[in-house]
This record gives sequence, structure tokens and C-alpha cells, in this order.
Amino acid sequence: MSYMKKSPWIMHYDASSCNGCDIEVLACLTPLYDVERFGIINTGNPKHTDIFVVTGGINEQNRAVVKNIYDQIPEPKVVVAVGICATSGGVFRECYNIMGGIDKIIPVDVYVPGCAARPESIIDGIVTALGVLEKKRQLMKEPAGKTDVTGGEKK
Amino acid sequence: MISILNAVLFIILAPLIGGLIAGIDRKITARMQGRMGPPLLQPFYDVAKLFEKENVVVTPSQNYYVLSYIVFIAVSGALFFSGGDLLLVIFAFTLAHIFLVLGAYSTNSPYSFIGAERELIQIIAYEPMIILSAVGMYMVTKSFFVSDIMNSPIPVIVYLPGIFIGFLMVLTIKLRKSPFDLSTSHHAHQEIVKGVTTEFSGSGLGKIEIAHWYENVFLLGFIYLFFAFNPVIALAAIIVTYLIEIFIDNTFSRVKWQYTIKSAWIVAGTLGIVNLAVLYYLSGVMG
Amino acid sequence: MIDLVFLIVFPLIAAVLLLVVSKDSIRDALVKISALLIGIVSLMTLFLYYNTGALYFPVGYQQVSQIIFLVEVFLALFILYLGIKYRKSLAVVLILVQLGLLAYFEMFCSEALHAVQNLFIDQLSIIMALIIGIIGSAIAVYAVGYMGTYHRNHPEVQDRRRTFFFMVFLFISSMFGLVFSNNLIWVFLFWELTTVCSFILIGYSRSEEAVNNAFLALVMNLLGGIAFAGALIYLAGIDPSGNLFEINQLISAGQALAIVPAVLISFAGITKAALMPFSSWLVGAMVAPTPVSALLHSSTMVKAGVYIIVRFSPVLSGSFEGLIIAMIGGFTFLLASAIAISQSNAKKVLAYSTIANLGLIVACAGIGTYKLVWAAIMLIIFHAIAKSLLFLCVGTVENRIGSKDIEDMAGLIVRMPKIAVMMFIGIAGMFLAPFGMLISKWVAIEAFIDAPFGIIFVTILAFGGSITVLFWSKWMGKIISITQYGKRVEGNIRSEKWFVLYLLTSLTVLVCLIFPLISSVLIEPFVLSVYGFTTRLAQDNIMIMVMMLFLLMIMPLSMLFYRNGAKELPPYMGGRPTTPDMKFAGSMGIVRESSFSNYYFEQYCGESRLLMAGTGLCLGLILIGATLLLGVIV
Repeated sequence: MSYMKKSPWIMHYDASSCNGCDIEVLACLTPLYDVERFGIINTGNPKHTDIFVVTGGINEQNRAVVKNIYDQIPEPKVVVAVGICATSGGVFRECYNIMGGIDKIIPVDVYVPGCAARPESIIDGIVTALGVLEKKRQLMKEPAGKTDVTGGEKK
Repeated sequence: MISILNAVLFIILAPLIGGLIAGIDRKITARMQGRMGPPLLQPFYDVAKLFEKENVVVTPSQNYYVLSYIVFIAVSGALFFSGGDLLLVIFAFTLAHIFLVLGAYSTNSPYSFIGAERELIQIIAYEPMIILSAVGMYMVTKSFFVSDIMNSPIPVIVYLPGIFIGFLMVLTIKLRKSPFDLSTSHHAHQEIVKGVTTEFSGSGLGKIEIAHWYENVFLLGFIYLFFAFNPVIALAAIIVTYLIEIFIDNTFSRVKWQYTIKSAWIVAGTLGIVNLAVLYYLSGVMG
Repeated sequence: MIDLVFLIVFPLIAAVLLLVVSKDSIRDALVKISALLIGIVSLMTLFLYYNTGALYFPVGYQQVSQIIFLVEVFLALFILYLGIKYRKSLAVVLILVQLGLLAYFEMFCSEALHAVQNLFIDQLSIIMALIIGIIGSAIAVYAVGYMGTYHRNHPEVQDRRRTFFFMVFLFISSMFGLVFSNNLIWVFLFWELTTVCSFILIGYSRSEEAVNNAFLALVMNLLGGIAFAGALIYLAGIDPSGNLFEINQLISAGQALAIVPAVLISFAGITKAALMPFSSWLVGAMVAPTPVSALLHSSTMVKAGVYIIVRFSPVLSGSFEGLIIAMIGGFTFLLASAIAISQSNAKKVLAYSTIANLGLIVACAGIGTYKLVWAAIMLIIFHAIAKSLLFLCVGTVENRIGSKDIEDMAGLIVRMPKIAVMMFIGIAGMFLAPFGMLISKWVAIEAFIDAPFGIIFVTILAFGGSITVLFWSKWMGKIISITQYGKRVEGNIRSEKWFVLYLLTSLTVLVCLIFPLISSVLIEPFVLSVYGFTTRLAQDNIMIMVMMLFLLMIMPLSMLFYRNGAKELPPYMGGRPTTPDMKFAGSMGIVRESSFSNYYFEQYCGESRLLMAGTGLCLGLILIGATLLLGVIV
């Protein structure tokens, strides 16, 4: 039995978003959506984090920051890109200083599109991320050499 | 005089009780804010998850400090519940906390560092009041041993109302509740990331959490001592006290450290000392 | 008896030899051999006398008394000469007053005096002798290495190492004399000798600051000396036969007779122990080379002050004057601890912590119930060991990194791991359970509750104790923080320095382990013989403390388990990539350096502000005490 799925702690980072998606992320914490029902806590500290929630298209100023935060999160970890800018750069895609999507810098596991992404879809994205998180945990536990032997049992 | 059985029971049961209390706390907090709240067992899920995670450190010596922290918290609590000397229990708790602070210092990280300094400020804010509480109990029951205070038929609370209010005041600091959650808390991230616990992750953080449960159980046990003459009243008092603490947590915003230390010391210096002085006078008159 | 005389005379001989010998290597060897001998003989006194109770030895008085008077006059003239040379009018006036008192005493009172039992030893003397003999001589050995480095680093200071070691051994000799003398006139001689020794050692570098601070120390101690001389004259007045000059007879004479001299001598003790308002001389004494500070703070000088107050605490106990002395001690404890928070100079933190602890000892002795005397003696022991260790650690660090600022000690555990661990143990010994100082504080809290006016002191201890936690822990935190860039600079420390440091570190831990033994063999019999009651910690508590100590000792083994395997990441810097030496790119591409420092609470714990408060408060108390005393005399 794993507890990874029951207690996902998130860290939210605004990588040059227009703040639309950020407001929606915060809306998830309000009584109306109350993500703490699922044990989700916004920790604000990479070393306590399981799920890294990033909004915005990443510019020259914060690409190093996103990479740094990602590196500081202990395994297993998943990244959720929230909003269309985070998934592809959105309307800013062609801007001179925009990387165009989180996955240009760090590996992304779940994409939540929308401009801005609705709280329901954000929650849905995070719940999807839980599955990925659990898979990564199992992978982490298996010694590297044995992956093939047990690989058949995994879905 | 020291009961080994109680000590063992404490070491086994306290995390369960402490975790459960934390769960109830979060549930009630959520209801106060008009939310559903997490499942009752959420704190256990959290800690279990932390032990499944990777333990990332800045320096391996962190692990040593945090291990010492939890060991000494458990030892101190066990000493309390086995009926040991109250002052020794308090000093042992201070020792344990110093280990947490040192663990934070050892990382040489700015957020941990400021958390450690604030934790120290908290320690000096609550320490005098806790010692005065123990002294008050001694003056009423003529013993520092928890076992004697437990079995004393004297209603301690009647003699120590000022001390009790002062103790409630510092209880808020010790439970890491708003408005005094300076050094770390479940909601402190805007200001100092996570204070003392910033650089702890995985099993290290899990141990800190469990140590916190141990400590909470000890603190509630301390409240019990005020009402030890009647277990029913004592349990009721513990429940009411904790509900008040949750209410305070949800209604106050965090204050500055200056205010924390000033208010804690003023309360200890007035209510606590006046209470003791009256007792002193009475014992002089009567004895 | 011969060993008592040996302990007083031998250091004196060694001192004279050291003054004569000019070759470095011979002097070094001489220091080490003498220190070893002194240490062994003081241990011998323990085994010879621990179960004999108080023993009194008659020593011919008439012959010695002339010598004593001559020495005292010589000392006074010497100070007079220096006072005039450096134009310190206050010192000149005070020494003239003292000289006048002495002359008066010699002319009118000393004729009929015939105190016989001039030397004595009891358990308290044994404890003091062990502290002086072991810690004092260990510091002397340490000084051999230190002074060499000191003179290399400070070429501007004239090399007067011969005087230095002469003074150190004279100091040790007079301390032995002080704790073994039963005759107050003898005590007074040794008392003045320690004053002069400390005066010269503080002024060792002869810089303007050193000279000023030396005279500050001198003036304050002379004030105490005058009070002491007053006590002698008073005693001669009430008892011309001179029996009361023997300490044991004076104490057993009862409060009515003994209170005036006891309070006067306690006042002398307060000046020597640097309680407020006289604390500034001990802080000023920091200009001296570090072994001198270690000597002054741990085994000699200030310990003489508290020793004499503890000696007289049966007389003070229960009196209003005793309460006032205890309150001076209590307020000193509280305020000096608070001032220590605001200091970043390690030696000053140590100085204020010494002042605070001496205050606590005096508070215990002033109230003087049997439990409190027990606690006071425990405090003396633990404080001497831990404090000497800390001073020598700071001295070693200072020699190596060129700073005694606590902020500069960041990451000491990386740069000088062994010294850092020793310093860590020393600091833990000062305030953490289950180490020594805390045991005494704990007993003191319990004892104060039952004492008259104890509530004041319980409060002071509750608040003062927590203040202590703050300034020690933040220092601890500084030295154990792991700085990634630190380089190890611990090599080339001389072996005798290591020896002394190891010795003191193991003593710190050992004394915590065997304190029940120390208590039952030395302290309890002493307290019992003086009060008829004694105290000790409950058996359960001792067991638990020992278990905690063992737990503390095995916990570091967990480091072996954690050493490898864990993934290490740099600290969180708000997402900024940071180099190992904590530099990061700020805005506009500027490289920023991060540095952090402890809180010092200048606005609350500022030195000048609290000193002023303490001086006013304690001076007021002294004035009240003086008025009371006048009432008794008149």
C-alpha cells in the first residue's frame, strides 16, 4: 500500500504567467474547491514537494529558477504544466524572450490546457499526476537491473 | 516511583494519539473555514508518504541532529508519563529542541538559519512560563514528581489560575499555532519558506512531524496535571483547551517575534508571578 | 600538613625560578614539570583528606606575622609607585587608605593577637585546591605554547614572558594560600596578592588600553581590599584576643558577632567576583592574553571571591544583609546573561557568562540554605572546568583564524573539527541537560522555592535561564553550520595545547558522569558538617541523567550510518542557482554574496543600557546593605 497518492504536496511557481492561471490555482484552495480534501497542501518549499505546478511560458529571467527548483525536489516528483502558456507558450509563443512551454526546460508529466485553466481541470490534472507519481515511486523502489523482470506486471 | 510500563506505552501510543489529534485539528480547522477538510487520518498518510520519499539533505549531519531530536523528545515525554521529575522533563525537552535548532543551523541555509533564530526566540519566550508552572505545581503539591502531582487530591487549578492562563498562552507557541507560528508552520511559506524545517525532506521531515506529535501529547498531559484530582474534568479541560487553541489559530494573524516574546514574558511576569506570590504568602500565613 | 605548605610554597619557588631562567626551552620544561607536580600533589590532598573532615594545623604565628606585614607594605608601596608613575590618582588614594588601615591595624590591634590554627583543610578547600591545582596548572601549560604564538603575532608587545610565568605561578600559590588559610589575616595577604597578580597580568601588553583596564581592575579590587581591612579592624575591636580571626571560630561564633565582618568580606568577594556594579573590570581584563582570561575566569581570582562568600554563607544565611547580597547576585545573573546576547566577541560573551554564573553562585550563597550551598559548590566546579575549556578553545581559534568574533567562527566544524567539537562540548556543559551547570541550576530552583524570599530568585532563574539558552545556542549553531567552502586549518597546533584541551574536554564530560560521587564524597560531608543537613539529587534522577548522557554520547555514532547514501543538494535559495560559497546572480547580472549573522537584539540587550541599569540597581542594594551594617556597628 502506498501513501504517495494520498498526500500530494504541491509547489506552485509562476514562470512569467499573466497571473490568470495563478489565481485559478489559488481558487482550488478556497472552500469551494478545497483541494485539501485530497490531502493536497501548497507547501512553497521544493524540498517538501511532490508535485511541481508551473504556470506561464518561462522567460529568460526564470528558466534557471525553474530548473533549480525542479532539481531540489526529492524523488519521486512530477511536473504539472498549468495553462496554455505553460504547455506551449500560448499567445506569447513567438515572443523573443519566451521559451515556449515548461517542457523546454524540465520534463513535464501532465499538461493542463486552458486560458486560464479552470480549477476543475487543474484538480483533474493533479489527480492524473498522482497516478504518474505512484508509477515513479514503484520505479524508484525497483533496483535498476530488475526492471525487466517485473516490467511485465506493470500496466 | 518511575513506571517503565507507562514510558513504553507512551513511546508506542503517543504518535498514534498525536497523529489523531492532528487529524481532528485539521478537520475542525477546515470546518471553521467552511471547507470539507482532509480525511481524519491525513496526518498519518502525510508522514507515511514522507518516509516513502527520498531523503535529500544539504549535509548528512542534519540526519544526526534530527534523529537526536526525536529520540530526546520521546525520552522526555516518556519521562513525563512515567512520573519523573517535572523540571528534568522540561530541561530534557529544551535539549531536544536545541537539537532541532542545531539541525537547522547545520545546513547553512538562509531560510533555515532565520527559522532557527526564531525557534530560539520561541524557546526563550515560553521557557520561563513553563518553569514557573512546574514551580507552582510544586508549591501546591510539595513535589516535583509527576507521579505525586497526579495522585495528589488537591485541585491544583484552584490554586494556580494565573499560572494556567499563562500556560495556555505559551501553549499556543509550543503547538506552533498562529499568532505565534514564527519559526515554522503549516502555513508559513510566504515569509520564511518553512523556517527550521526548510532543508529537511523525506524521512527527516517525517521524524520532525512525529516528534511534534510526541510533544503535543506531552503538552496535553501537562494540562491534565492542573486537573489531576478529577480525570473526567481533566479530559474535558484538555478538549476545551485544544478547541480554544484551534479557534485562536484560525482567528489571529501571525505577529512579529518582538510581540511574541514581549507578550509571553509579560504574561509570565505578571499572571505567573502574582499567582506564585499569592501562594507564597498563603503558605507563609498557613504554614 | 606538609602538602598544604608544599602547595603554597612550591609554586612560589617555581615562580622565582621562572623569573630567573631566561632560556625558552628550560622555562617551558620547568613550567610543565611544576604544573605536573602541583597537579599531583593537589590530587594527593584529595586522597589524604577526603574523609578526615576539617583539619586545623597550628603554624607559628609570631614569626610569620612580621613577614606578612612586610609583604603587604611592599605590595602597597609597589602599587603606590605604579599609581604615581601612570598618574592614576584614584588608585593612589585607595592604596593610601588601605596602607593607613594596615598601619593602624599593625600598631593598635596586632599586639595581642595570637590566632594559632592558621592552616586548615576541609572538603571545600579540597575542591578549590583541585580546581586550582589541575585547571590552573593546565592553563599554565597551555600558556607555554600560546605565549610563543602570541609574541609572534604581536611583535609590538615587549616579550616579558619571565614576568608572565612568574605572575602565573605566584597567582596559583596565593590561591592555594587563600583556600588553605584559616587565619583571616593570612587570607587578606593572599587576597591582596591575587589582586596584584591580576593587575600585572591584565596590563601585560602595556598598551594604553591594557594599562587602563589593569588599573580599573586594581581600583575595584582595592575597594574590596579596604572593606576586608575594615573587617579585620572591626574584629580586632570586638575581640582583642584574636580568636575570632580563625575562620571556623568566627563562623561558629554566630550571626550576632560575625555578621559585620562577614558582610564586609562578602563585599570584598563581590568586587573580586566582578558582580555588578564592579563587572566592568572583568570585561576589561579581556585585553590580556587568553590564558590570563582563562585563569581569571575559571580557577583563580573570581573563584576566590565566590569561595569566600560560600565560606561565610552560614553567617549570611537568614539575615537581611545576606538577602541583599543574594539579590545583587541574582540581578547580576539576569542582566549579565542578557548583555551576553548582544555580544559577538566570543571572549566578551564568555566574560558576561562568567559574571552571570558568579552572580548565581553568590545568590545561592547569600541565601545560604544547605541545598543552595550544595548548588553553589557544584556551580563552582562545573563552571571552572567548562569555562577554562571554552577560553582555551577560543584562544586556539584566535591564534589560527585571527579573530575571536563569533560570526567569524561560522563553519568552524569544517575548518577546525576537533576544536569545534571541544567548544561544542564546553558550551553544552554550560547550559544543556544533562551537563553540569544545568544540574546546579535545577537544584537551585528547587532550593530557592523553600528559601525565604525565594520567589524572587525562582523568577530570576526562570527568566535568566532561558536567556542563557539563547546566547549559547546561537553560538553553537554558528560553529556547527556546514560551510561548503571551508578549508581545514587545524594542523600545527602544539602538542601540549592539544593535551590541555583534551584534558579539559574529558574532565567536562567526566565530571558530569561522576558528579554523584563528587557530591557524596566532598560536597555532602561539607554541607553536613556546616549545617547538620545535606542534600542530593534523587536516585532516579541521577540514573536518568546518566542514561541521557550515554544516549548523547552514542548518538553521534548514527553519523556513520548516515555518512554515505544520502543525496546532497545545495540549500534552497529561493530558486536561485547558487555556488558552493553562497554567491548567486542578482538582478542586472550582478553577482551577490550571501552572508548571515545572528540576532543580537541591540535595542533590548545593549551593553551600555543594561550595564547602567545593573550598576544603578546593585549600587542601590549595596547602599542599603551599608546602611544596615552601619546600624549594626553603631
